[in-house]
Amino acid sequence: MSFGPMTITAGPTTEPAKVEQTVQKPGLSRFARPALGLILPVGLAVLWELAVRAGLSNGRLVPPPSVIFNTFAELAKTGELQRHAAVTLWRVGAGFGIGVGFGTILGAITGYSGLSHRLIDPTLQALRAIPSIAWVPLFILWLGIFEASKVTLIAVGVFFPVYLGVMGAVTSVDRKIVEVGRVFRLSGPAMIRRILLPAVMPAYVLALRSGLGLGWMFVVAAEFMGASEGLGYLLIDGQQLGKPAQIVAAIVAFAVIGKLTDWMIAAAATPFLRWEDSFARR
Amino acid sequence: MLVLDRVGKTYPNGVRALDGISLEVGPGEILAIVGGSGCGKSTMLRAISGLDTPSQGVVMLDGMPVLGPHPKIGIIFQEPRLLPWLTVAGNVGFGIDDRPKAEREDRVATALARVGLTDKADVWPRELSGGQAQRVAIARALVPRPEVLLLDEPFSALDAFTRADLQDHLLDLWADSKPTLLLVTHDVEEAIVLADRVMVMRPHPGRVYDEIADDLPRPRDRQSAAFDFVKRRVMAALDRSLDRAVITAEGETKNSAGAALWW
Ligand SMILES: Nc1ncnc2c1ncn2[C@@H]1O[C@H](COP(=O)(O)OP(=O)(O)O)[C@@H](O)[C@H]1O
Ligand SMILES: [Mg+2]
Repeated sequence: MSFGPMTITAGPTTEPAKVEQTVQKPGLSRFARPALGLILPVGLAVLWELAVRAGLSNGRLVPPPSVIFNTFAELAKTGELQRHAAVTLWRVGAGFGIGVGFGTILGAITGYSGLSHRLIDPTLQALRAIPSIAWVPLFILWLGIFEASKVTLIAVGVFFPVYLGVMGAVTSVDRKIVEVGRVFRLSGPAMIRRILLPAVMPAYVLALRSGLGLGWMFVVAAEFMGASEGLGYLLIDGQQLGKPAQIVAAIVAFAVIGKLTDWMIAAAATPFLRWEDSFARR
Repeated sequence: MLVLDRVGKTYPNGVRALDGISLEVGPGEILAIVGGSGCGKSTMLRAISGLDTPSQGVVMLDGMPVLGPHPKIGIIFQEPRLLPWLTVAGNVGFGIDDRPKAEREDRVATALARVGLTDKADVWPRELSGGQAQRVAIARALVPRPEVLLLDEPFSALDAFTRADLQDHLLDLWADSKPTLLLVTHDVEEAIVLADRVMVMRPHPGRVYDEIADDLPRPRDRQSAAFDFVKRRVMAALDRSLDRAVITAEGETKNSAGAALWW
């Protein structure tokens, strides 16, 4: 706003001022924007805390932040939180590994060869139409109520986004770029390593991340069906014993670990995606 | 010596794109290829590059048949086709990955200097302008030191100024190692500025229609009367190549579109 008169009175000096402003603007909003998003949840939490302290509510069904924090700290101190989190993490890890393995292999095959696409894809698409939770009774019959059925359910949840992502990525690799590899007479493995893998990498990372998201969703479902350990068990246990603070603490743990694992994938992929990322970072 | 002996190409869908192309291009010669759209120019370059195989006839380089992509034959497409995940230097060195690191870096640096992009070595391709990207593509094709370089309308996506600039660059680079150049273009002036010989093709199916020698002294002056004379000859040949095509294409009664619309 104040630039108007300045432009007229002091021509030469406006140039740096303008530059400074255009440089500052994105820098400011980078911090301002997330901060804006925090106002609502933090404000509500503080209000609720004050309301309970002032005796406006007893906070039994909706515990105030301080109680949740205490529950969280106590669970962490006794090592219970870590134990449950480790079990859940192991289940997600195993299911994720299996789902990613099958999804990647089948996605690559169906994306690469038209014949196997016609052979395999219709069946998988039909299976995909089934809500995965519907498999639970069958998995329990087949695999028992312990780890195997849980890990299988998670693997099924992870499989589909990975399969679809890899298949789409492989199908849409630019034929013109592949020709560059052919002109330089790349062998089969070299073509995969130097052309196909880098070309599918961005889509693959996206597929892994959405697969992981579904993995976390399905681990909750899996742990609801009769587990004696795990963060999902903490949820059920909190419900049955009427401990809402424990439920919220488990939810918070889910959120934190879920976010952390997602961030780990993103971070591990960063060196391979710098060519793409550098645009977003500017 | 690059030799095409009665090369024909019929695509699986039945389109006869090339028929009986016989051609000899000597070492260091620059051959420009012009002709109406769809007369098989790209098909011919792809057959020479080994990306596609001819249905009849044979392509020979130095007496040996070319059966697939060949280490001594490079190609530059209309689009730069740079690999977005490699830096400019990585793209330029793409074809000499099997060489020791020191030699590779040396040759890449030399090539980048020759196309005037030394300062862009560590930049991602998407940060380049169209002209810069095509210069990188030229450097990438030349770094393995091909004997034959095929160019399929390499400058047609660029503005006139950049195009003239790149034509100069190409001649400069060509002078370094004097490879055989086959340049497909729809810019008749570009053909005459660069080539030793201009080949006119005609369509349905693609055949050689005429060849016009272009032995004007270099560097060539687009304004000169001699240049204009060669240009008229090429334009006239192009015109006739299209007239004939209309007459010989069975069942077609289209009129010739005339010189202005030949491409
Ligand atoms: N992959 C292909 N499959 C079938 N027909 C093709 C293919 N590529 C080109 N053609 C046909 O072959 C003819 C020559 O094409 P092309 O070599 O691209 O011509 P130009 O490069 O001279 O414009 C055209 O009629 C075109 O439609
Ligand atoms: Mg073409």
